[in-house]
Amino acid sequence: MKTHPVIAVASGKGGTGKTTIAVNLALALSVNGRAVQYLDCDVEEPNGAIFLKPDFDSRMPVYAGVPQVDPQACTGCGKCGALCQYGAIVSVGGNVLTFEQLCHSCGGCMRICPAGAITEKQLEIGLIEQGRAGEIACVQGLLKIGSVRTPTVIEQTRAKMNPEAIKILDAPPGTSCPVIAAVRDTDFVLLVTEPTPFGLHDLKLAVGMVRQLGLPFGVVVNRADSGDDRVEVYCGREGIDILLRLPDDRRIARAYSDGRMILNVLPEYQSRFDQLAEGIGL
Amino acid sequence: MKEIVIISGKGGTGKTSITAALAGLAQNSVLADCDVDAADLHLVTSPTVLQEQDFVGGRQAVIQPLQCRGCGRCFSLCRFGAIQPVEGKKAFRVNSSFCEGCKVCVEFCPAGAIDFVDSVNGRWFLSQTRFGPMVHAELGIAQENSGKLVALIRKEARQLARAEQREWILADGSPGIGCPVIASLTGADFVLVVTEPTQSGRHDLRRILELTDHFKIAAAICVNKADLNPEMTAEIEQEAAKKNLSVLAKIPYDTAITRAQIQAQNVIEYDPDGPAARSIRRLWETIQETV
Amino acid sequence: MKICVTSQGDTLDAMVDPRFGRAPYFLLVDTDTMAFEAMVNTAVQAPGGVGIAAAKQVMDAGVGAVLTGNCGPNAFRTLAAGGARVYTGVSGSVRQAVEAFRSGGMTPDSQASADSHSGMDQQA
Repeated sequence: MKTHPVIAVASGKGGTGKTTIAVNLALALSVNGRAVQYLDCDVEEPNGAIFLKPDFDSRMPVYAGVPQVDPQACTGCGKCGALCQYGAIVSVGGNVLTFEQLCHSCGGCMRICPAGAITEKQLEIGLIEQGRAGEIACVQGLLKIGSVRTPTVIEQTRAKMNPEAIKILDAPPGTSCPVIAAVRDTDFVLLVTEPTPFGLHDLKLAVGMVRQLGLPFGVVVNRADSGDDRVEVYCGREGIDILLRLPDDRRIARAYSDGRMILNVLPEYQSRFDQLAEGIGL
Repeated sequence: MKEIVIISGKGGTGKTSITAALAGLAQNSVLADCDVDAADLHLVTSPTVLQEQDFVGGRQAVIQPLQCRGCGRCFSLCRFGAIQPVEGKKAFRVNSSFCEGCKVCVEFCPAGAIDFVDSVNGRWFLSQTRFGPMVHAELGIAQENSGKLVALIRKEARQLARAEQREWILADGSPGIGCPVIASLTGADFVLVVTEPTQSGRHDLRRILELTDHFKIAAAICVNKADLNPEMTAEIEQEAAKKNLSVLAKIPYDTAITRAQIQAQNVIEYDPDGPAARSIRRLWETIQETV
Repeated sequence: MKICVTSQGDTLDAMVDPRFGRAPYFLLVDTDTMAFEAMVNTAVQAPGGVGIAAAKQVMDAGVGAVLTGNCGPNAFRTLAAGGARVYTGVSGSVRQAVEAFRSGGMTPDSQASADSHSGMDQQA
């Protein structure tokens, strides 16, 4: 493992404890004197700040490039609309209209316009906040309500990675485009699951995803004694390492519900997170 | 016919378990699993698939290796990082996990070496369950266009409900506030937001309610595991009241929900007189009165 | 004048489809002669921006007015930019709709009648 790798914490199913694992791992590493940066890339519903309570001292809007048409220069040829696959630009009756919310910022219309009438302007799609929680550097991406540009906000959040720190990246749940944007090119993916049929089903999807992307990974079983053994059986059969089993401890549930970190309330768990870090190779 | 969509900003609040329980209570309904990214409803309803079809979500670029001259124009134009050099060769390939189907590379390849082909992003199913017919899907791993697949599932569910004169559509929505969620709720008759009494649950509830406001959709709230943190539940109720929204149910924490799931049952079947089952039964009565 | 009526079928006696972007057919009707042509709405399959693509298709057919049930903001903007007037709240058969239009008893909309995506899941 590199000295300052990027560790993504992901899960097929939502609500398995992804954020709990991510923030406590960040804290455990920090307590041990490691330089840590926590990046909340679950930009639709970022929750890491509830636990880390960082002081955000920098707020920066996230923009996406969308077309702006100069009506004087436009000849109404319609090539832009014919190329656009998203219905974000259309030429009717010699007028060109843009629909910014549908744009994916591929840049095609600008490039194809023979009159050079299309330039790129910036549309606000989210916000990135940065600050510190004690020794932990925190970055949080936040998608603007009603926007569908989740992957772009994630990419911009990732652009804040500090090369001199271990990066703990809290990914969105699921296995589709936003998750891919979060976990691509990371050094290790922790998949958090729970020992239930839903947990196992969604873990299999997540394993399929990280294997397709060719990323090294390991599993964390949360509320490990609350369900049955099918996740254990599956991981055993597939040769997947279970790096941490967190018990179904009602004190953890209560701390979580109050927005408190496990390690602050129950310091005896530090050694388990140390073992997790070791299991990852940190 | 009334379409009820069950969503939750936050994952893991019990949305699917509650949907499955409502499915057992609603007579004459069609089930739709719109959580295509992590479809779990079938694990409880055990559907028998009657029909299955490919889902063509869009189109993707494919580079023909024999025609590629390796000029790298596609590589420099692609804004999604989907074009990758082929190792050891002067050629490029498309990584389909990252291709967003914009067609820019296809248009500008000087060798005409890039095809634009339909991409099968998943499969969708028409099934029979012990609760009635069900429309569901499997989105391929690392696939795009889950919003379009959600729209397709809802359309098929509506068609089915109309053809069979079903009274209800119960749709299990997806977590978050992004594209598939927006596709889950636009035009629904009733949206039930399932949350839990945690800081995270409350935070995500606020975000999802901003979204339903944005799209002017009527929503009501259900607090699951309400007794795990009664103070927080009370705060959620107060916030809801300020927004003129009702908390239709406070479902107590009940391990029967997980135990039922392990038996591939819903909680009404597994423990019909338990606290969760009783609460969900009252919830269903309230929904019927409200819609 | 050539006008477009969103339709559930391909004849004048088909019912008006209440949705614009997701209507299966556009009936292009010459209001002077009642001659018509049924055009399949190819935009239905578009991955996104269906209303816009449908509006583009209709405008490229050269119509001066559109009769439908509801029309979202994106489609409305596109139709208006192309110079078409949009009449919503139209129901009954296509023939009845065209006759009502010919009698001059309709008022065009000044803005969209529905929110974005409101037709995406409804069925005719």
